Amino acid sequence: MIEFHQVHKTYRVAGKRAGREIPALQPTDLRIESGQIFGLIGHSGAGKSTLLRLINRLEEPSGGRILVDGEDVTALDANGLRQFRQRVGMIFQHFNLLASKTVADNVALPLKLAGVRSRAEIDARVAELLARVGLGDHAKKYPAQLSGGQKQRVGIARALATGPTILLCDEATSALDPQTTASVLQLLAQINRELRLTIVLITHEMDVIRRVCDRVAVMDAGEIVEQGAVADVFLHPQHPTTRRFVLEAEQVDEDERRDDFAQVPGRILRLTFHGESTYAPLLGKVARDTGVDYSILAGRIDRIRETPYGQLTLSLVGGDIDAALAQFRAADVHLEVLR
Amino acid sequence: METLATLFVNVDWYEIWQATLDTLLMLGGSLLFTVLLGLPLGVLLFLSGPRQLFDNRPLYALLSLVVNVLRSLPFIILLIVMIPFTVLLAGTSLGVAGAIPPLVVGATPFFARLVETALREVDRGIIEATQAMGATTRQIILDALLPEARPGIFAAITVTAITLVSYTAMAGVVGAGGLGDLAIRFGYQRFQTDVMVVTVILLLVLVQVLQSIGDRLVVHFSRK
Ligand SMILES: Nc1ncnc2c1ncn2[C@@H]1O[C@H](COP(=O)(O)OP(=O)(O)O)[C@@H](O)[C@H]1O
Ligand SMILES: [Mg+2]
Repeated sequence: MIEFHQVHKTYRVAGKRAGREIPALQPTDLRIESGQIFGLIGHSGAGKSTLLRLINRLEEPSGGRILVDGEDVTALDANGLRQFRQRVGMIFQHFNLLASKTVADNVALPLKLAGVRSRAEIDARVAELLARVGLGDHAKKYPAQLSGGQKQRVGIARALATGPTILLCDEATSALDPQTTASVLQLLAQINRELRLTIVLITHEMDVIRRVCDRVAVMDAGEIVEQGAVADVFLHPQHPTTRRFVLEAEQVDEDERRDDFAQVPGRILRLTFHGESTYAPLLGKVARDTGVDYSILAGRIDRIRETPYGQLTLSLVGGDIDAALAQFRAADVHLEVLR
Repeated sequence: METLATLFVNVDWYEIWQATLDTLLMLGGSLLFTVLLGLPLGVLLFLSGPRQLFDNRPLYALLSLVVNVLRSLPFIILLIVMIPFTVLLAGTSLGVAGAIPPLVVGATPFFARLVETALREVDRGIIEATQAMGATTRQIILDALLPEARPGIFAAITVTAITLVSYTAMAGVVGAGGLGDLAIRFGYQRFQTDVMVVTVILLLVLVQVLQSIGDRLVVHFSRK
């Protein structure tokens, strides 16, 4: 478990504009349970990287305490910090592989640094890691010979080398195309499942959160403005920033949509299904029972991690609209009356 | 052979061979010490530089000043100024041994700057990734920075070696021997154009060979 207790960070800019202070992270409390995939979403400059890098102290906190499995990492000395960092893997947007070393030597590096001497032990571990990320045949290649997705897989293998319990991912898929992003996310989910690894993942895409995360925190201007289970945050966003991210993910323009709805007669409501209810034949039944006519104005059916969800915006005309609303309320769906 | 002999009447091939050997010895010896001294100096310059691992303004300013002063001194002046120090160090200010100390002092600051630049070219992300693995500063330098900067360092060695070739020619002035000395004493002062042509061709060949070895190493270690 990772805990933040009133952790804050202010950068002091050196050089020409010396003395200028940038408050990158406001005093923050945060709990990340072990074994979770925890997403951090926010626009550029929101303070996501700062928060992430405080966990392995690539940045020193300006104040507050960070506990990992009960251990105060803000109190570690240089030696303790190095030991601790071997238990925390990290992957990066631009991979940060050593161009001068082969794939195998890149993955072996953390082991060498940790003082593993036996060549046989290193070779065996590297082979196992490369097999896990699906790069068994690429051990002797250099990073320049790999695609972006393959480079990130090497990054993941390298981050796992010393058997960490936490994996930090700073925009790990932001430099990849959508298809490669999907396969890297799938690999992260698999690692999380099989190694019971806690993953903290930064992104600016809600879609990444929706696909792999258990919980999410939304950051804005150095603060966590909303957090919770992904399904709750994604389906019922509260903060304006969160709303924008969700709409972005659905590729919806809110103003355009409002204008469109103004043309439509009747009541407008939004139904949100999650889990089993997503595939239940609710609409037809309500229409038959109450005599209302409905038309679908907007809709989406997809998955949050493994669980299906649906979100439909309907207009209702004719029949007994109040009875229809009552039936929806009684059913296993979330109802919002928009107009 | 007839024509060669008539073309180069003044050329004493044995002397040319001796001079070539002297040049190679001066070059090899001075390059060795330049790299041995300049590499750590370059690493120190890099580490103490602004926003680097050991960011230390006073140290960086001092090292920078020393390097800049030595680099701005014309080599010919350095040669003369250094004579007492050279005698102390090499036992003589003449010959190959006497040439090496001024050559090293002349080339080391230049090489150190090039090493600093090569290290700066290494992506900061590499240092960060290595730090995140729990590396010590020593490990970051030896296991990440230097291997990553290897192409740049080989390019720096190449440029330095070629600069040293022209310095060895100047060192001839203080009795160091070598091809440059031959060119000046016979080719220039005695108007023996054939000697001049032969030495210049040999120096040219030497520079070409150094450059192509250097280029090959740079390409090899770039791993592209
Ligand atoms: N090393 C640094 N020195 C000074 N300011 C920084 C540094 N790193 C980040 N910042 C500033 O802190 C704020 C948050 O940055 P960051 O955590 O990188 O945001 P994000 O990852 O969400 O884009 C930004 O205003 C950024 O300019
Ligand atoms: Mg960032």
